[in-house]
Amino acid sequence: MNDKTSFISTEQQRYATWLSWGSRSGLAVLIVTFLGYVLSGLPARIPLEQMPTVWSLSTHDYLQKTGAPTGWHWLSLLGQGDFASLLGIAWLSGCSLLCLLAVMPIYAKRKDWVFVGLCVVALFVQLLAASGILTVGH
Amino acid sequence: MLAHVFSKLQHTGALLKANVMLLLLTLSLFTVGAFAAENLPTASTMPWWGWVIALFVTCFFLGIVAVPSGVGGGVLFVPIVGGFFPFHLDFVRGAGLLVALASALAAGPSLLRGGLADLRLALPMAVLASASSIAGAMIGLAIPAAIVQIALGLTILGIVTLMALAKKSEFPEVGTPDKLSSALAMNGIYHDAARNEKINWHVHRTPLGLLLFVGIGFLAGLFGMGAGWANVPVLNLLMGAPLKVSAGTSSFILTLVDSSAAWIYLNKGAVLAIIAVPSVIGMMLGATIGAKLLHVLKASVVRKMVISLLLFAGLRALLKGLGIWV
Repeated sequence: MNDKTSFISTEQQRYATWLSWGSRSGLAVLIVTFLGYVLSGLPARIPLEQMPTVWSLSTHDYLQKTGAPTGWHWLSLLGQGDFASLLGIAWLSGCSLLCLLAVMPIYAKRKDWVFVGLCVVALFVQLLAASGILTVGH
Repeated sequence: MLAHVFSKLQHTGALLKANVMLLLLTLSLFTVGAFAAENLPTASTMPWWGWVIALFVTCFFLGIVAVPSGVGGGVLFVPIVGGFFPFHLDFVRGAGLLVALASALAAGPSLLRGGLADLRLALPMAVLASASSIAGAMIGLAIPAAIVQIALGLTILGIVTLMALAKKSEFPEVGTPDKLSSALAMNGIYHDAARNEKINWHVHRTPLGLLLFVGIGFLAGLFGMGAGWANVPVLNLLMGAPLKVSAGTSSFILTLVDSSAAWIYLNKGAVLAIIAVPSVIGMMLGATIGAKLLHVLKASVVRKMVISLLLFAGLRALLKGLGIWV
């Protein structure tokens, strides 16, 4: 640790490390799965040639026309290129969860219960958003 | 003496070249945008890969100007791609959130390690803004697209005004920290490379700042934009954090705010990989070039160009929503 970073807290250093791994691996997954989708001809639920006919529709109409899944159902379609690419997107969206979990023990050890609580609430909010139980529609 | 004059001339030449290049770039963005808008009815005649390449190239250029102008890529992405590409606004907002999220995630680790993003300052703000971004995303996906377009247009025009008028303070004067920020120990030290010294900072007016972050998170989720344009003034001008800490912490806050809103769009089926992934990659590559050009380009010139670009895109969104320029 050099003099310029000696004042960076342990939890902040740990958060940065986990975030770095999470975001780099997420980007790698995103690029690999997308290239597999557009270049290698992985089968897709909606053929690429037909995308211009559906991408101008509202989400509601798009789902009705294509029968594309909502919530976490795309996980069962990972063999299809258009849904395999969502893996990298979900990875990037979820990588902060691990960072929050990683810093909680440091706060707890220091008996910084306010920040333990903030991490718990932040985790709850992220998990609630990710759960798919919050439904909306046009 | 001659060598000095020669080096100055060379420097001026490089500056001039870079700024002329930027002017051409902005003009091309205007032209491409207007051309795409005029040709929307025939959008289906263009093959899918043509749109994907056009999207990638547009995002690459947006990434270049986003860094020197100091605005997030998401703020430029949603109105410009939403206004001039044939994609529905739902998918554009979903992709916009991912563009802002990926940029914030890429910058996050180095900002945290350098002390320019502060976890203790960010976490309370991020918790509130994340929760309200979920509400924003849900409402945005539930109301008709034309209303979102009108609201987006008005918001972009508001951002243009904010960018044109707002002042910045590198090291704001903060008297006594408020009770809440003291209790949460929202203070820190960072090493300012330009001054080569350690800067101590603390904040005030925390309760009002927290309240404003609820609104900022809501707008981020509603429009699928990163919210750096609002985060930085609140952290810097209202709460008194140094400008660099405000910018760094703002970017870090987006990693949490945009991810919670992105989950809502993903679960609702409003994320199309064919739109989101080329946008993310194009914007990140462009931002890498933009960061390298940071020392060559004149920030004030870039800023003025981005303001003009946003003004155009904001008017386009407003007129599109009102059905005047469809």
